[in-house]
Amino acid sequence: MTKLEFMQGNVACCEGALAAGCNFFGGYPITPSTEIAERMALKMPKTGGVFIQMEDEIASIGAVIGASWTGARAMTATSGPGFSLMMENLGYAVMTETPCVVVNIQRGGPSTGQPTMSAQGDMLQCRFGSHGDISTIALVPSTVQEMFDLTVKAFNLADRFRVPTFLMSDETIGHMREKISIPDSVEIIPRKEPKPGMLTYEAEEDMIPGFPTFGKGYRAHVTGLTHNERGYPDATNPELHEALVRRLVDKIESRRHEIADYDAVNPDAETVFITYGPSTRTVRQVLHDHPDEIIGHLNLRIVWPFPEDTLKLFTNAKTFIVPELNLGQMAREIQRHVTGQQVISMGRLGGTIHSPDELYAKVQEVA
Amino acid sequence: MRHEVLFSGFGGQGIILSAVILGRAAALYDNKHAVQTQVYGPEARGGASMSAVVIDDEPILYPKVKSPDIYVIMSQQGFEKYGAAAPPSAMMLLDSELVLERPACRYREIAATNEAKDALGRVIVANIVMLGAVVTATGIVSREAIEQAVLDSVPKGTEDLNMAALRRGFELGEEESN
Repeated sequence: MTKLEFMQGNVACCEGALAAGCNFFGGYPITPSTEIAERMALKMPKTGGVFIQMEDEIASIGAVIGASWTGARAMTATSGPGFSLMMENLGYAVMTETPCVVVNIQRGGPSTGQPTMSAQGDMLQCRFGSHGDISTIALVPSTVQEMFDLTVKAFNLADRFRVPTFLMSDETIGHMREKISIPDSVEIIPRKEPKPGMLTYEAEEDMIPGFPTFGKGYRAHVTGLTHNERGYPDATNPELHEALVRRLVDKIESRRHEIADYDAVNPDAETVFITYGPSTRTVRQVLHDHPDEIIGHLNLRIVWPFPEDTLKLFTNAKTFIVPELNLGQMAREIQRHVTGQQVISMGRLGGTIHSPDELYAKVQEVA
Repeated sequence: MRHEVLFSGFGGQGIILSAVILGRAAALYDNKHAVQTQVYGPEARGGASMSAVVIDDEPILYPKVKSPDIYVIMSQQGFEKYGAAAPPSAMMLLDSELVLERPACRYREIAATNEAKDALGRVIVANIVMLGAVVTATGIVSREAIEQAVLDSVPKGTEDLNMAALRRGFELGEEESN
């Protein structure tokens, strides 16, 4: 059984979190993500969970990391400057392999920028924002239904890969209301526990160690310092550091094609749009309005780790057009995976989304 | 068929709620698809607020309004900012008391604020009166659908007042005004 609702994107994100068993929310409300904190404040106490409004975003992600170590499915939601403040602790979550979900309802930056307007300016920050070499997972919804579905998926990916997982939405999808179908239950992939006899940070074949939840009898030491398989700091051993950081990156990157989530339309096309988030909707409108033309479209629901093999699905592609609400952040990533094909960045700033006419004009210009 | 409805008025009139209720009526009770969006900014208090609903039998791709076919204007400032440029093919419902100008397109004058104040005794339901008029003047959603959506959306204890407002709006929308 499913329930139909007419719901705001931010609220659908909360419903997805609740369906996925989220039982801890630590956050600091910030436009345009505030509805998420508001609704989690309302819902957490009623579902046996915990809501804490922290003093700022540094503390918010800190609380989320701590809660995760008690076995909680923990999340926070933020935007703009709040996301920047989380960067250091997000690196700590990567180093300590702490599963957590961070929702970023992106607004215009830099700095306080455009609090009430839409943007996608943090697409590289969620991948490279914390210091050191890291890899993370980032999902991007383009409908209210996907706000629900991808939030559920984010919790499962975070637990499976023991990595901070980002829902990189934006003001447009976060504040839009549309019809969604909410299922009675969703698939929940539980966190893997350590196998008997294995050391706390000893990775299994999948490069991921079992999670020694606090209070379950495991001897777990958690540190952001470079650590050995027992979890103890050993920060001057070059081989240990290299092996650890390579594993933290490879456990994600080596599975990028398995993690990939996308739609590829008109794979024979010579001109191909690549989108994520709201511009997906605009490109779908262009394809709908021009059914006689073969225009390709790659919609990415997961942008990090970047699934570069999806580009090869478009065997005749001469030009990739990348409309995004920044000055070409993902276009830059796409560019480094192609040779002999043109990548046109259609970066847009200011807070509103691309129009179908604007994108179709670019198709005609290229042809 | 894609329909685009643009609502504008001043902050506090319930412009955004009107759009949410209309979208809800279409999506949940008329079994269509609907997307509601809004200008989300400092306008929310006092300035010209705007919200839009796209309604279609098919899933809605581009979610924003491109060229509204129905305008619902409840303040002079809202008219100036969003209504004045309405194309000749559009239809406008305007609050006859609060909007001072008249558009070049077809329009209906609806005394929503007066009715709410004088006949119903509560100016706060002017948006619901207007919503009722929108439904009968344009047929954008069914009466049953909007009734359900209003009941879903208003605070407990105000159902009778809001249904009275909606039904008065149905009557105003049915009358020939120009």
